Amino acid sequence: MPRRRLLELTAIGLAAGLFSGLFGVGGGVVIVPLLVLWLAFGDREATGTSLVAIVIIALVAAIAQAGYGNVRVGDALLVGLPATGGVIGGTWLQQRIPAAGVRLLFALFLAVTAVLLVVRAL
Amino acid sequence: MITAILIGVVAGLLSGLLGVGGGALFVPALVLVLGLSQIEAQATSLLAIVPVALVGAWRQHRYGNMRLREGVLIGVVAAPSAALGVVVVNALPEHLVQIAFACLLMWIAWSLARGALRELRGGRAPTESLSP
Repeated sequence: MPRRRLLELTAIGLAAGLFSGLFGVGGGVVIVPLLVLWLAFGDREATGTSLVAIVIIALVAAIAQAGYGNVRVGDALLVGLPATGGVIGGTWLQQRIPAAGVRLLFALFLAVTAVLLVVRAL
Repeated sequence: MITAILIGVVAGLLSGLLGVGGGALFVPALVLVLGLSQIEAQATSLLAIVPVALVGAWRQHRYGNMRLREGVLIGVVAAPSAALGVVVVNALPEHLVQIAFACLLMWIAWSLARGALRELRGGRAPTESLSP
């Protein structure tokens, strides 16, 4: 692997890991756009590649959090296992309905959720 | 228990449909619906992401949408960095973390809306801009 590519992948990994540990997300928000921008990956290729990284990142971060006693294993399994079925259904649906309208609605929903979180924090 | 399962199914559906990461949905749902604290929700979300990403990776691999070597390299480099993030987040005041997370959600909402508007105006669909 060329040196430059190795450096770029390392930078992506360092940023994604920190992001994941800080926010409890997989890090795809960081990995996917950077793979597209820096390494000229296609959208789907970037998504697929990021998922491999996320398996490792989320597992390590979850273990670290478990060290602090913060992981509710029962809840994680109750949410995570059914979610795998949901993802398969969602991907299937994605090919069949125009997603732009749904996306816009969901953006609004996320914004409202963000406001609720801030209200709760204050 | 039923509530947790429902959160999983709905979050998974939206995640697959919109290409948004599971964690962005798990964390607020765990806080606002199940009443976990922000840090507990983030920690629990991380574990919940693992099976989702595994299944997603397996499916993308079948479609040939994956560069295994690059993915593993990113993951291995990210591992210590993720552990560091966990240490830092546990040292921060929780309400600060919650507000920072809300900012992240706002940013995701903004990029989703921007992509959707571009698509509605007749541009090319931005496929799966984000992942778990």
